[in-house]
Amino acid sequence: MAGQIPLVDYLVLDDGEPHLIAKECSNCGARFFDRRNACASCFATEFTTVPVATEGTVRTFTIVTFAAPGVPTPFVASVVDCDGTQVRANLINVEPDPEHVRDGMKVRLATYPIGTDSEGTEAIGFGFEPAT
Amino acid sequence: MSASDEIWILGIRMTKFGKHPDLDTVDLAAEAATGALSDAGVTMADIGVLAAGSLMNANAGLGQQLQKQIGQTGIPVYNVANACATGATALRTAIMAVKAGEVDYGMAVGVEKLSGAGLLGAGGKKKADADVWAPAGRYGAIAPVDGRIGTEAMPGVFAQIGTEYGHKYGGTSFELFAKISEKNHAHSTLNPLAAYQKRFTLEQIMNDVMIAYPNTRAMCSANCDGAAAAIVCNGETLKSLSLEQRRRAVKVSASVLTTDPYEAGCQVLPNVNTLTRNAAATAYEQAGVGPSDLDLVELHDCFATAELVHYDNLMLCQEGGAAEFFNSGAPWRDGSTPVNVSGGLQSKGHPIGATGIANVWEICHHLRGEAGDRQIENAKVGLAHVIGLGSACGVHVLEKSAV
Repeated sequence: MAGQIPLVDYLVLDDGEPHLIAKECSNCGARFFDRRNACASCFATEFTTVPVATEGTVRTFTIVTFAAPGVPTPFVASVVDCDGTQVRANLINVEPDPEHVRDGMKVRLATYPIGTDSEGTEAIGFGFEPAT
Repeated sequence: MSASDEIWILGIRMTKFGKHPDLDTVDLAAEAATGALSDAGVTMADIGVLAAGSLMNANAGLGQQLQKQIGQTGIPVYNVANACATGATALRTAIMAVKAGEVDYGMAVGVEKLSGAGLLGAGGKKKADADVWAPAGRYGAIAPVDGRIGTEAMPGVFAQIGTEYGHKYGGTSFELFAKISEKNHAHSTLNPLAAYQKRFTLEQIMNDVMIAYPNTRAMCSANCDGAAAAIVCNGETLKSLSLEQRRRAVKVSASVLTTDPYEAGCQVLPNVNTLTRNAAATAYEQAGVGPSDLDLVELHDCFATAELVHYDNLMLCQEGGAAEFFNSGAPWRDGSTPVNVSGGLQSKGHPIGATGIANVWEICHHLRGEAGDRQIENAKVGLAHVIGLGSACGVHVLEKSAV
């Protein structure tokens, strides 16, 4: 086993429980997931890395049944409110139909394997699953 | 305000939207541009500035290509690109040049060849499976994220924007969104320039192929070919023109372009609400009119889920009251605030670069009393709205000439 690599650099796998991290503006507290040049809200340039809550509430979703070539369907795309931080993620481990997915449902972070490269490194993705 | 501060649309034209397999972007742009010149009663010799937009072909220099077909007079060209607000941006660019007093007449042209383009916002990211995972890009991603971390395709993005509204205010359902589409397809039957003029039953819309719940295929904007162009001048110039030109001229009471101000979550799911609300508020203030003064509205119904939120963003209803507004019948063509009597992007079609001028053309057509079977009687004030993801929002308020 050659170890694991996260799908994106804001997914942390090897520091206790898997969780997401954000760059938080030291001045105004705005949170971002990408590499930053400055804060889009207050233009400050100092950021600290903070953990994002692993439980949240579905703020909105869609069930995608027609996607670009190579993207498996159906899948549930959503925005999850994790204690005030908005996170874009798929909803996983849930039936992708309007009877099983609803706005306001409680969810928690979950990870899953995407594949293994030629050196045996396993890629790990994330989504949110119903918190029952 | 002096006459030189007033902006008028002197001529405007849109082509038939739909499939034009034998015409390229330059042919379509030329048809709209020469039509607008003829409508205005001026020639290329009068035009002092040209703003041109064709989003999917943004590096082609459309403006210069167009000049080579209809008149190379050496005037400055601004080739603009601003997502689905590209046409409105071209119009606003021409307006700014006239308003600055640099030119007497400005021309704006928007065009797109989009028939058969398929799903937008999700292409070109598939790469061969890497031999060894290697993080790349601003998120350090080791594989394409579309479909793994939400969706980047437009139907799903706008579906979430609609369901988010429902989550916040209640009152929405799959059926409600489908009914909005039913309205626009019904309206399109009166518009000979629409790409599709077919009325659908609610059942047909709801049972059509699901693209991204709750948007079925019939609830998505129609990719098609088309162009639109407008000629603008100021009030001082207009005074020197014929009675007929002054009678048909349409006053641009407000011309506004905004982008999305920072809000929490706006970089996770595009926020199309705040920048539209800001543009509308500024436009109403500039024009000195309110939502209740509007005789008709053309708004950016790129998906049925989008139309709903813009009732609220354009303040056509109370905050949170968009579902109730629709259920009251208000946005039907015989309602209190007719919305998208052209058929909207869902049936008239959405050739991206042309859309922001074609919406203005629709309003002008009614204000001039030239809309034929679909004329909104005694229309005096109208509003045209477009939004491009990223985001950019254009709002124009238009008023009938008092002559």
